Amino acid sequence: MRLWSVILMFTVTDTGQYESFKPKRFAQRYGLDPLLIACIAIICLFGLMILYSASAQNHVMLIRQGTHIALGFLAMIILSQIRREIIEQVTPFVFVFAMFLLLAVVFIGVGAKGAQRWLNLPGLPQFQPSELMKLALPAMITWWLTRRSIPPNFPTIMIATVLICIPVYLVAKQPDLGTSVIIAGSGFFVIFLAGMSWRLLGLLSTLALTSLPVFWSMMHDYQKARVMTLIDPQSDPLGAGWNTIQAMTAVGSGGLFGKGYTAGTQAQLKFLPESHTDFIVAVLGEELGFLGMSIMLVFYIILLGRCLILTLRADSHFGRLLSGSITLTFFVYIFVNLGMVLGVLPVVGVPLPLISYGGTSVVSLLSGFGLIMAMQRTNRVLSGES
Amino acid sequence: MDLRTGTREKQLIQGRVIIAGLGVFFLLLLLISRLVWLQLIETERFATASEENRLQTLPVSPARGLIVDRNGIVLADNLPRLQLLVVPEEVKDLEKLINDVANHIEMTTDHIEAFQTNLKNRRRPRDPVILRDHLDDLNAAKMAVDLHKYPALRIEARPSRFYPYGGLTAHSLGYVGRLSIAELNSIDERQYAGTEMIGKLGVEKSYERLLLGEVGVERVETSARGQIMRTVERDDPKPGQTINLHMDIGLQAKLYSILGNRRGAIVAIDPATGGILGLASTPSFDANQFASGISQRAFQELQSNPDTPLFNRALRGQYPPGSTIKPMLGLVGLHYGAVSWKTEIIDRGFFQLSGNEHKYRDWKKWGHGRVNMDKAIVESCDTYFYEMSVRLGIDQMAEGMAHFGFGRRQGKDVPGGLSGILPSRDWKKKARGESWYLGETVIAGIGQGYWITTPLQLATATVAVARRGNFIEPRYAILSNETPDYGRAIPLVGALDWEQMIDSMEGVLHQEYGTARSSAKDLTYRIAGKTGTAQVVGIAQDTEYDAEEVDERFRDHALFLGFAPADAPSIALALIIENGGSGGTTAAPIARNIFDYWLIDRNEGQALPNLDFVSDTNALVVGNSDVYSN
Repeated sequence: MRLWSVILMFTVTDTGQYESFKPKRFAQRYGLDPLLIACIAIICLFGLMILYSASAQNHVMLIRQGTHIALGFLAMIILSQIRREIIEQVTPFVFVFAMFLLLAVVFIGVGAKGAQRWLNLPGLPQFQPSELMKLALPAMITWWLTRRSIPPNFPTIMIATVLICIPVYLVAKQPDLGTSVIIAGSGFFVIFLAGMSWRLLGLLSTLALTSLPVFWSMMHDYQKARVMTLIDPQSDPLGAGWNTIQAMTAVGSGGLFGKGYTAGTQAQLKFLPESHTDFIVAVLGEELGFLGMSIMLVFYIILLGRCLILTLRADSHFGRLLSGSITLTFFVYIFVNLGMVLGVLPVVGVPLPLISYGGTSVVSLLSGFGLIMAMQRTNRVLSGES
Repeated sequence: MDLRTGTREKQLIQGRVIIAGLGVFFLLLLLISRLVWLQLIETERFATASEENRLQTLPVSPARGLIVDRNGIVLADNLPRLQLLVVPEEVKDLEKLINDVANHIEMTTDHIEAFQTNLKNRRRPRDPVILRDHLDDLNAAKMAVDLHKYPALRIEARPSRFYPYGGLTAHSLGYVGRLSIAELNSIDERQYAGTEMIGKLGVEKSYERLLLGEVGVERVETSARGQIMRTVERDDPKPGQTINLHMDIGLQAKLYSILGNRRGAIVAIDPATGGILGLASTPSFDANQFASGISQRAFQELQSNPDTPLFNRALRGQYPPGSTIKPMLGLVGLHYGAVSWKTEIIDRGFFQLSGNEHKYRDWKKWGHGRVNMDKAIVESCDTYFYEMSVRLGIDQMAEGMAHFGFGRRQGKDVPGGLSGILPSRDWKKKARGESWYLGETVIAGIGQGYWITTPLQLATATVAVARRGNFIEPRYAILSNETPDYGRAIPLVGALDWEQMIDSMEGVLHQEYGTARSSAKDLTYRIAGKTGTAQVVGIAQDTEYDAEEVDERFRDHALFLGFAPADAPSIALALIIENGGSGGTTAAPIARNIFDYWLIDRNEGQALPNLDFVSDTNALVVGNSDVYSN
């Protein structure tokens, strides 16, 4: 208990520091968090800088990603203005809508490289419905748990589990292993944060571990190969192990200061696969070295820390659970992506949040931060701060 | 909502958030420690791996040495040649790619066939394969425009062997060709790392080591696709050595223009050095076809040609020498005392062994009458040599003739020659398992029977006579670091006998009844020579040989050997015209023509006689031989 009173104190002094700033007051009037937004903006700009190098100075890509980020900021600001009660009320409908879109992907989806992930609806830009589910699912689980007792009892958890499993199954079937893991995580985090009993958690973990072989048999061959190469990348250096080996080589050869911006041989000579999407951080590691990686990590840590603080400060259960889940999911992104690039996790298609090239991902991530801020606004209104 | 319950629930959730935060913290620590390990501890290892990725060591092929004639005229050159290359590993659908290329530039079935052959003969994976060779500038430009669409394709200029005189030098210089599997196993892999060509025949083969040069090394930066981005460092190759030949391309052109579209061979040698001044074998072929990878069809055409253009008659053509060996044989007879200069016989037109009815006929139906050695040479009396051979015996004949190089391969640096047959009792026992008959000795005396020699052997023997009993091996190249070769004395007869024999050979042209007297008109210098007419098929007893009636392929071969000027020879030669008829009427005039060129025309400024026709190498390809007719 002493520990989090210290953390609560920190949140108070933290806000106090910014009291004199005018932009801060302006932001507060609209329920925006300057530190959070500043961090996001810095990471996004950092990402654009790496993208410029990773895409071999491709201006078109840079402008497109910039547009995505702008769109994402717009979505974030808009969502942050919506009252928490309204968000709560529309959650089930959004979830059903997202489910509907996921089903639509099964039937009329388009895709590439053997995966069917995209929906190409007339009058709308092409997008991945699974991205919407990344927010709709945790919101839905939160909605469900807050309507029951906290901590949740076993039947509540079972129903929540079913709610999680359906979209996870649909996304995994696309197949999109990375996204399905993220979605499953986002739902599970809500249950965990809501105070699910440790005994049940232990039980479920054992169950999960014992069911691994079943899961293994359901996996695609290329997914199995990725897991196998994690154990021994050299077993297939030109095939499945190529990505991991080249990424580790890129990062490792960067050393302390890196080879210089746009001077990474692994990246620029195209040894590095997917250098502007999933493996973009290897470009950073190679060209700007440990120093560049540290700067990025510092901003990620500040961002995560800030999100956790905002989670603690949210006053409704709904706000706390949703903010917490979004924050932890954001971290899972970072962890899975970095783990993959640094060769500690299997290669799964998870982008580095806010940095990897890709439109839908940025918009959904920034929307998530919008939701976190929306959970704050009611907080202040109720406590009469503004 | 119960406030206390609410607070408890809030605290529960906040507690979980903090636990999750701690989890995040520890997982981040894990990532950071991994990052530290990769970037700060194992940097060296990954930096090396990255360098190995990026940098490749490539062999740089040295420029092949040139081959030049005695006047420095380049006979084998290196020219840049534009080639369209493909790395098959990077192509999904080869068929489609070929079709795409065909939309830009011409791709005939020959081109595609050549590509398939190249594809099969690849030495290493990821090696580029020639998709289309000999791109001209226009085609190269057409292809280059869209090259960026096909990452597996590239256009490169490679040095390739070019023989400016094409067919004139094909049989002597040989040619370079793609390394065969057998050759790959016998060469120094490292030295050939940068090239896929090797000398296959002739000078190109015998001086392969000098011509090749030494391979260089280049460190280049490549992309993941294997595209070369830039050169990091370079250890230059050492170009191959230039090989200077004794050959005179002017004479060479003369030989071919004289031979025209006849089948035959001429070998001309400088008696002072043994250097081959000219070597012709007709019909010839364009060696450039081989240097650039000949198509299956073109090769088949050459091979199935009844005149066998690929066959080197000068080195491998084995013909009965006929009367041309009489001077050497005469010297052998004199040496072993079978005859003396004064020995005379009566020739009635034939020779008979005692107790045998068989008539060995002289070419002159009614005989030459009283004949001594001199007359026997000048008029090419067969009966005299029948008689002498029997007195000499086959074993002494073989022993003596071996000094002139018969029965052995000739040429210090002349690959591919054959040894012919110098008949003897031993040889017959070994080769045929049969014993020798006296009758075979008789016909051996006029260079018939088992005797076979190559034009190169005849020329070599002629040089030995021209050098007055000193044997020197023929050779193509003038090597600067070579110890001078003075030849070796032939231990037969005395110096005066050699001079006497040469006098008789002069008589062949300069005496009233010499067999080649018609070729000596208006001669301002003296030629020593000997005609020969070799039977292709045996003529039955008592039948007339009528050249007009005999099928062309069964007509006699016309031969001549000789040197000039007789007292201080600067050229010695041997020539054969297949199915050409008699040596006196067909071969001797050709020899006169060559001697005139070498001794007179050449010195009067006609260094390169009528070379216009060789500028177009196509003119030398078989089938266009009308350009040779004079």
